[in-house]
Amino acid sequence: MNRLKAMNRTTRTNYLTYILVIAAYVILEVMLKGGGLKAATKGMLVPICAYIVMALSLNLTVGVMGELSLGHAGFMSVGAFTGTAATMCLVDAVPNTAVRLCIGIIVGAIAAAIVGFLIGIPVLRLRGDYLAIVTLAFGEIIKSLVGNVYMGVDQGHLKFSMFTNELNMSPEGKIIIEGAMGIRSIPKIATFTAGFVLIMISLIVIFHMVGSRSGRAIMAVRDNYIAAESIGIPAFRYKITAFTISAAMAGAAGALFGNNYSSLIASKFNIDTSILILVFVVLGGQGNMLGSIIAAAALTILPEALRSFADYRMLMYAVILIAVMLVSNNQKIKDILKNAAEKRTGKKLAEGGASDE
Amino acid sequence: MSFLNYLVSGLSLGSVYAIIALGYTMVYGIAKMLNFAHGDVIMVGAYICFFAFTRYGLNPFLSVVLAMLVCTCLGIVIEKLAYKPLRAAPSLAVLITAIGVSYLLQNLALLFWSSNPKVFNPIIPNKSINIGGLTVSYITILAIVVCVAIMIVLTTFINKTKLGKAMRAVSEDKGAAQLMGIDVNTTISVTFAIGSGLAAIAGVLLCSAYPNLTPTTGSMPGIKAFTAAVFGGIGSIPGAFLGGLLLGIIENLAKAYISTQISDAIVFGVLIIVLLVKPAGLLGKPTREKV
Amino acid sequence: MNMKKFFAILLAAMMVFSLAACSGGSDEPAAEPAESGEAEGGEGVVQIHIGATGPLTGGAAIYGQAVKNGAEIAVDEINEMGGIQFIFQMEDDTHDPEKAENAYNALVDWGMDMMMGTVTSAPAEVTAADAYADRYFFLTPSASSTNVIDGKDNIFQMCFTDPNQGSGSATYIAENNMAEKIAIIWKNDDSYSTGIRNTFVEKAGELGLNIVTEETFTEATKTDFSVQIAKCQEAGADLVFLPMYYEPASLILNQANAAGYAPTWFGVDGMDGILTMEGFDTSLAEGVVVLTPYSADDDSELNQNFVAKYQEKFGEIPNQFAADGYDCIYALYQAATAAGIDPATMDHEAICDAMVAQFTSMTFNGLTGADMTWGADGTVSKMPNAVVIENGAYVGM
Repeated sequence: MNRLKAMNRTTRTNYLTYILVIAAYVILEVMLKGGGLKAATKGMLVPICAYIVMALSLNLTVGVMGELSLGHAGFMSVGAFTGTAATMCLVDAVPNTAVRLCIGIIVGAIAAAIVGFLIGIPVLRLRGDYLAIVTLAFGEIIKSLVGNVYMGVDQGHLKFSMFTNELNMSPEGKIIIEGAMGIRSIPKIATFTAGFVLIMISLIVIFHMVGSRSGRAIMAVRDNYIAAESIGIPAFRYKITAFTISAAMAGAAGALFGNNYSSLIASKFNIDTSILILVFVVLGGQGNMLGSIIAAAALTILPEALRSFADYRMLMYAVILIAVMLVSNNQKIKDILKNAAEKRTGKKLAEGGASDE
Repeated sequence: MSFLNYLVSGLSLGSVYAIIALGYTMVYGIAKMLNFAHGDVIMVGAYICFFAFTRYGLNPFLSVVLAMLVCTCLGIVIEKLAYKPLRAAPSLAVLITAIGVSYLLQNLALLFWSSNPKVFNPIIPNKSINIGGLTVSYITILAIVVCVAIMIVLTTFINKTKLGKAMRAVSEDKGAAQLMGIDVNTTISVTFAIGSGLAAIAGVLLCSAYPNLTPTTGSMPGIKAFTAAVFGGIGSIPGAFLGGLLLGIIENLAKAYISTQISDAIVFGVLIIVLLVKPAGLLGKPTREKV
Repeated sequence: MNMKKFFAILLAAMMVFSLAACSGGSDEPAAEPAESGEAEGGEGVVQIHIGATGPLTGGAAIYGQAVKNGAEIAVDEINEMGGIQFIFQMEDDTHDPEKAENAYNALVDWGMDMMMGTVTSAPAEVTAADAYADRYFFLTPSASSTNVIDGKDNIFQMCFTDPNQGSGSATYIAENNMAEKIAIIWKNDDSYSTGIRNTFVEKAGELGLNIVTEETFTEATKTDFSVQIAKCQEAGADLVFLPMYYEPASLILNQANAAGYAPTWFGVDGMDGILTMEGFDTSLAEGVVVLTPYSADDDSELNQNFVAKYQEKFGEIPNQFAADGYDCIYALYQAATAAGIDPATMDHEAICDAMVAQFTSMTFNGLTGADMTWGADGTVSKMPNAVVIENGAYVGM
């Protein structure tokens, strides 16, 4: 208990996040094995994991780095297509689905990291809303290009073409990506456990990064760009590292997502998806990883939970979204909470308890 | 078709973007928020005009005025209920609320007016004139004229009137404006009212040029116009106009001379290049950082 | 307690509420049949739960809503007749494969006995794969991609497949010598449009048709077609093939008219509905050739009755999607009656097998065709009707 007290607040929050995620996983996994879950809940487990990783990834960009990105779905798209194409190609070579999925996720993460790095070089020189609009533009460009790619495997060779199907496949060849029709007949190999592992890895990476020297540098840049530069922090270098990691995580999430559905189309990863993920991050609190996890899960479940409203479903969703934003930013509620918090800390201080704030 | 003809068709598309972008930039410039629901206010404006004009046979001019009135009221209500309580909140919180409002409007439209597309009868005849081999439709001419008129009126309004001055002050520094006795809340509300009124005009012109009307009609042009506004330098009224026109022209020329399959990618590519060269957009004020 | 924690708690509370609402929501409809069963005397009444998914909100809502409306009319009619009672539940998939999977799972929880498919192709590929794995009988009204049915014995289509339409159109154009130079405008981010375009081009190559230009558009550029039209005009195309839905097609016709370009327009089944768009100037569609199985003008008693009911209930004229929905329900009814389906004694796997046996052997007469039969691969065989639009109405060719 004393050790727990001795830890600083951030470390405590980090451990709390790990524990909650593990607890949620154990409970759900037990229910899953015991057959206590409905088909609807079961079907949402993997996408929720993918969205949580997406939210964590974007939170690194928006919360920690302080840059608004409106094109995060683009990285997810790159990861989803490369990761799924990889697992599709390796169906015969790697019969073990867990290993194959792992390879797919790694491929997706690497591909997205490369794209993220290349995009980051120009993008991170911009600031504020201009940066946001350029990420949006890159997201749309990725969507537009991915939707025109044709790829096939023919006698051990990969074949590519753009815009129209000019692969000239031999009869034994297999078309993998088919332009706007995307990837089809994907074996569903993504599992809830893989999603859980991915969330844990993302959390470890992010917490480690935030706590490290580069993390502090990035946050210094976020809080005061000029001051940070003036004391010799190479802002750009740190930023591009964080952005690339963020893209890699989004790519991994995409690969997980892609391997969970029997068909994958490029138009899924549009601006709406980017914005949805941004909503997770803002609702959960910028820089607050646990908040992102809960918000991503809650907002993915919410539209499904509202199915009983039938035609009014998405209307209810919109109303709830607005209401939550209004309530959580309401000055009166904030004041009440602040007072309560002050009272509590006041009491603590009086008792002589340690407070590191 | 000649280069000039492509240019004109690009102008026609661009002028519609420009009018939408004017609304975006106006609200952004003063309230400093990205009003993602702007595209959906456009859709509502178009529906009101459709019902007044096509279904109930009201005079086209009156229909537009009615649509403007309804949208202005709608803008004020949205602002009061959804944005005003968030005045002190971080700008991202307002952005998310705006997205919520956008979903809300789309889904209300879906419930009230069904998903079946309505064909919007243009408020002026769908004809074109021929000037030395160039075919220009009446709607293109109207759109450009309206766009220029709005731009001039807005610029004069902001530069010459008292309220306009207040708007500029609020845009510059909310706190200082308040100290100078400017009612910041009212000023922002008025900005929204004007922006929404403009949205109605934009909706009517959009649907006159491209006459399909569905609950999602406004969303894509909204995003394009937002891009146009940033392209021109967000917050700048002439910038929005220029950005809109250029975006339309680039889009059509890309389709004509490069490929229709990746015209989106080309448009956004040009946008990226412009922003890298001029990080505050074409006509945007470069912000000086205070040390 | 700081703000961040407050958010976390608020969100967690929301999630718990969501989960609670989720379970509450799916219990409700499941309880319904029991009630109505009691009301009608319980014993001996066969009740079949038919699930469906389709886009009821979002940009593709036109198609989902139409199918839903058409299907509901058929369900009401069937339930009025007495005999087998249908309980119909349609879930929203917003034209998104991910949401479609959620919708499918919600239907499984609801207690669906068989499925009246998914309306659009991309989401249908996902739900059909699930229905195949879980052994639910699946009949899609309008998902025309071959990938929906490929290699799945229990998946059937009410509509033509993409290749059927694409190569069918090419064959029709070649046989009737309709064109010297052909242009195609298609939507290159949409699987329906791309699917038909690909098979059309393939068949056109075989038949020696001359395709002079191909122009595309996407969801983001589906308003302005002036460039595409101008390029078709420049290439001298005398026939433009439009493998797309009627909404963008109506814009193309409108803008081509403004540009003074009047080739022969050739559409596929998605074009149906163009004449009944509110406010559409039907003179623009004069001379358009459509390969469609359905026409709202058809004066058969069956169709007149359907159109009248549809108009009374929804205030609109039904399109092909509505007719597909209506036909699907009746086809399910015919097969279920003949197979003696009773969910009280059969599980969904047994129902699936019995329905498959019926579908591969029965003949069905509906709004979208007479004497329809289904192959073991799930494709429907019915006559594609080439019609030409004259004076705002379809006229057989």
